[in-house]
Amino acid sequence: MTLTLAFRNLFHDRVRLAVTLIGILFSIVLVAVQLGLYLGARSMIIATIDRADGDLWVMAYGTKNFEEAQPIRARDRYVALSTPGVERAIPLVTAFTDWRKPTGGSTLIVVVGADPENGGLAPWNMVEGDVSGLGVRDAVIVDKTYLAELGIKQVGDTAQVGASRIRVTGLTEGIRSFTVTPFVFTTLNRARQLIDMPADNITYVLVKLSPGADIEKVRTDLRSRLSADSEVLTRAEFRQRSLNHWLFATGAGVALLGGAALGLIVGTVIVAQTLYSSTKDHLPEFATLRALGSSSGYINKVILAQAGLSALLGYALGMAIALTIVYLSEHTALPIIMSPGLAALLLGLTVAMCSISALAAINKVMRIDPAMVFSK
Amino acid sequence: MTAAVAEAEHEVDQASPAPVFLEARDIVKELGHGAGKVRALKGVSLTLNPGELTLLMGPSGSGKTTLLSIMGCILSPTSGSLSIAGDSTEGLSPEQLAALRRRHVGFIFQSYNLFPTLSAEENVRLALDVRGGRGSQAVVDAQRALYQVGLRHRLKSYPGNLSGGEQQRVAVARALAGSPSVILADEPTAALDSENGLAVMGLLSQIAKDKSRAVLAVTHDPRTVPFADRILRIEDGLIVGEERRTEGVETVHELSRNRKRKANA
Ligand SMILES: Nc1ncnc2c1ncn2[C@@H]1O[C@H](COP(=O)(O)OP(=O)(O)O)[C@@H](O)[C@H]1O
Ligand SMILES: [Mg+2]
Repeated sequence: MTLTLAFRNLFHDRVRLAVTLIGILFSIVLVAVQLGLYLGARSMIIATIDRADGDLWVMAYGTKNFEEAQPIRARDRYVALSTPGVERAIPLVTAFTDWRKPTGGSTLIVVVGADPENGGLAPWNMVEGDVSGLGVRDAVIVDKTYLAELGIKQVGDTAQVGASRIRVTGLTEGIRSFTVTPFVFTTLNRARQLIDMPADNITYVLVKLSPGADIEKVRTDLRSRLSADSEVLTRAEFRQRSLNHWLFATGAGVALLGGAALGLIVGTVIVAQTLYSSTKDHLPEFATLRALGSSSGYINKVILAQAGLSALLGYALGMAIALTIVYLSEHTALPIIMSPGLAALLLGLTVAMCSISALAAINKVMRIDPAMVFSK
Repeated sequence: MTAAVAEAEHEVDQASPAPVFLEARDIVKELGHGAGKVRALKGVSLTLNPGELTLLMGPSGSGKTTLLSIMGCILSPTSGSLSIAGDSTEGLSPEQLAALRRRHVGFIFQSYNLFPTLSAEENVRLALDVRGGRGSQAVVDAQRALYQVGLRHRLKSYPGNLSGGEQQRVAVARALAGSPSVILADEPTAALDSENGLAVMGLLSQIAKDKSRAVLAVTHDPRTVPFADRILRIEDGLIVGEERRTEGVETVHELSRNRKRKANA
């Protein structure tokens, strides 16, 4: 009967129910979008690092993230190759530079250069052309998302980077960068040429370990052979460093998490307010329940059931909207990600939010004067 | 049951000492604070016996509702003692008092206090649910209580669609359903027209015939007198008279001590 009573109380006042649900819904959608953006940002930040074929990354000391790295000596690759436990060492070049659009104007890009036949880091999710197309003169591969930004329309279009002319020979889908700076994939040498990097420089050495090699041992070994201005990170460390930089040092992640927290606070206040006013309206009934001899636990159950029902309804509606937004954002530069973990987290947060909201109402009912049952 | 048998039973009752379902001794209750403090009850003692309908009559403000609240363990007395069905209420926490109400007390209120969002049957089931009565047995019990008050055809109706008299009968069913030892009614007819008021009083006197419960109704409506087995008169926080009605013969017993105390106050 507690559930029945909670349900009826809830649906008795439709306006208040609507306000409650809008509060929860607003909160869920806001939190889902903020955390979804956070997850989206995370996956964009780590995508290249995860895709690249490197158990260990050799880079300039103090590199903060994948896109912004100082050059290292190209021969570091051979140092790595001669280290025991290293199966392959693949050079990789990345740098920011300007892309001059055929339509006029220019835009910042991140050039990523690696020779596809080496493995290393080749573009993925190809939707037009293929990686071998990079063998063609002036060839680059870009992501469909950024076509407009790059001032081009299709495969075959040309543009200018630095002193070189380039031609788009293939398109990927969904390789987005957190900085909203398009990735431009090409070969190692062409990348150097585009960014004007000397032939004895590279940006990273991707180290692939032989089967059974001890990663810490190889790393220590490698470090001792390289000069002090290089460092060697595991994939996980580099991923973490990039995340720390983009999400926390820049404050972007803090803003997203802060937005989520704000959503939770606003939602809690709205739900607490409506639940409290509902409880106040039904106070004579709670007093009657008390007179009928119900324990305070029984009354709390009614209020918590009301909160729980609101939570479930609000969650269902909120998720429907959040998933729609996720779907619509899929092909934008800032995709929002909804994972099962995030969905579960949102449910937990909604229930927690509604339970906290119930506290004020419960407190009110506990102070009830049961003698009010006799007032007319 | 013929009138003769009823009378015979009644005589047997009076011969052996009647069991006491509720006993109040020297109840004093002060209400309000500071300058607004009122001594609503000034030393009330009474007992309720099973199988009878006791009326508590007195003018407005004489302390009837306060006394009923104390007998129903909703208020605690400032001093004095109370026991219900043998359980003393002394030193009990609000939670323990609620448990006592749950086990032994059924209430009927002037303004019915039904749950507007629940049907008649659900209102009764809620009272059973509070007592831990669940499932199909609770449904059967709730329906039986509603049949007993003549609402067989109104099980699924909501309070808003019931007349005042019907609502009060649902409330009677709700009080009955938990099989309490004591049913306490505060001005159960005050909000009803005379026809419905009489019907509810008839119902109360009928359920009071059951030897497993005692019924007390607060009223200041003289039309309720014929239904009473016993009438307690309260004035200014003191019981000033007790009458026992046995088949038309009224035994009036003036509590002269209280009259005197009241005169001195
Ligand atoms: N909460 C309260 N605070 C102060 N005085 C009260 C309160 N409740 C009732 N009283 C006073 O106590 C007396 C008895 O009230 P009550 O028991 O309600 O009388 P009755 O039910 O017989 O009309 C009245 O004088 C009333 O004004
Ligand atoms: Mg009163």
